[in-house]
Amino acid sequence: MLLEVRDLAVNYSGIQAVRGVSLDIAEGEMVALIGANGAGKSSLINALSGVVRAASGTVTFEGAEIQRMSPWSISARGLIQVPEGRLVFSALSVEENLLLGATAAKGRKAQFGLAEVYDLFPILKERRNQLAGSLSGGQQQMLAIGRGLMSGPRLLLLDEPSLGLAPVIVSQVFRALMELRAQGLTTLLVEQNANLALSVSDRAYMMEQGRIVHQGPSRQMAEDPDIIALYMGQTA
Amino acid sequence: MIAQQLLNGLIVGGVYALFALGFTLVFGIQKILNLAHGAIFTVGAFVSWYVVSLGLPLLLGILASIVVCGLLSMLVEFVCFSRLRKTGDEEFGAIISSIGAGLVIMTVVQRLSNTRVLRFPFETFPVRIYEFAGLRITLLQLFMVGCAALLVLALYILIYRTSFGRRIRAVTDNERASTLVAINPNATYRQVYFISGALAGVAGVLVGLAFSSIHFAMGEPYLLFAFVIVILGGLGSILGATIAALLFGMMQTLTIAFLPSGLTNTIIFLALFLILMVRPNGLFGKEAAGALRGRR
Repeated sequence: MLLEVRDLAVNYSGIQAVRGVSLDIAEGEMVALIGANGAGKSSLINALSGVVRAASGTVTFEGAEIQRMSPWSISARGLIQVPEGRLVFSALSVEENLLLGATAAKGRKAQFGLAEVYDLFPILKERRNQLAGSLSGGQQQMLAIGRGLMSGPRLLLLDEPSLGLAPVIVSQVFRALMELRAQGLTTLLVEQNANLALSVSDRAYMMEQGRIVHQGPSRQMAEDPDIIALYMGQTA
Repeated sequence: MIAQQLLNGLIVGGVYALFALGFTLVFGIQKILNLAHGAIFTVGAFVSWYVVSLGLPLLLGILASIVVCGLLSMLVEFVCFSRLRKTGDEEFGAIISSIGAGLVIMTVVQRLSNTRVLRFPFETFPVRIYEFAGLRITLLQLFMVGCAALLVLALYILIYRTSFGRRIRAVTDNERASTLVAINPNATYRQVYFISGALAGVAGVLVGLAFSSIHFAMGEPYLLFAFVIVILGGLGSILGATIAALLFGMMQTLTIAFLPSGLTNTIIFLALFLILMVRPNGLFGKEAAGALRGRR
């Protein structure tokens, strides 16, 4: 397994956001993590990338325990988070943002260089000298994904890539994700939009109140009447 | 006469730029006013004086000042600011903390120098005067302006044209996001403090050479000048601080030459107030948060 999470718990000022979560991701998989707002998805992904410290449990990435490491050490190992809200470097140009991703690759053979990212998101090439802060929300999301790809990810953590985007932009972003899946990039996709997430992923975990409540192949989960009733009706 | 004073002002302004750039660099990345910067400048002058007084070349003295002041600046960051940053109360706390650090450094220098005013030996720098288009310039002034121009240019290239500078600007822009591209912000801060201290150290040596007067409190007026320059240039702006330093130097030499003594600071601060009334973010500052975030 590329990533093994065992009994992970995350607390925020006494509130348990993640309660004993275990999950696995194998090389080449695209795994979705779905659930309603406040289910603990972002807390879990932030604990994986080291942005928040886990209260207990273990995170093993490529055989090494990383739950006590700093976020910069974790990203240097190739576990790359594309955070919710994009967090691009707004005062730097589009190309400088992408090149910063490349510095995180730290000698790993990067599957994606500038040319590949520009092929995936041609609008970024057009805007390459523009300040990232002046891009639209959708373009910033593409930039954040592009920066993540330039970091030579062994595992890409994508946090809510559809959040706040117009439907036409969401479909562009998800088309790019399908392309990444076809290229064999290992990805953990965190999404509220269960329909979308299950349509592009191989397997999925569903979270509720900090716990994993369902898991299985995405196609199977997409046909589960409980999940359809609870989530998919709302997001279709 | 005016042209000569403007030339003198440009030379002094170049040295001010070195001092102010270190100050504005730290403010740009951390929003911290490092009031120990003047004391670090003083140490720069003393270190070079010590190396030269051992009979070693001036260039070795400058190198020693760069290393010692860079390391001292990193120590100030570690002792005064790194813990405060974790509490989230760095802005006001850092002012008090850095005043304390500055006083400690000044006291140590005062003790070590027995409160004496020191001078570089006469033969440290050859006395040569050149005349060009009716203007007189000494070899030392040429050296000062050359050093200042070289270091300002090097800093500009470092910040805006290298991957190291890109990392500094990334941390300035968004510390949290920078950690996700494998940047250690703590290491970046330490590196910036080294550069800031090194620039102050070189400025200290040049001022010590130019005015032939090295004493434990020599940094204090320069700290005040640096305030004026970085506010005038726009807090955190490298280009702004450079131009503001040159303007400040010229304004200072002109007021000293043509107005009654004692009016210099009054005129300079009056000009500062007038400029801030028209441009509250300084001549080149786009926003108070610091233009180090921008492209220039």
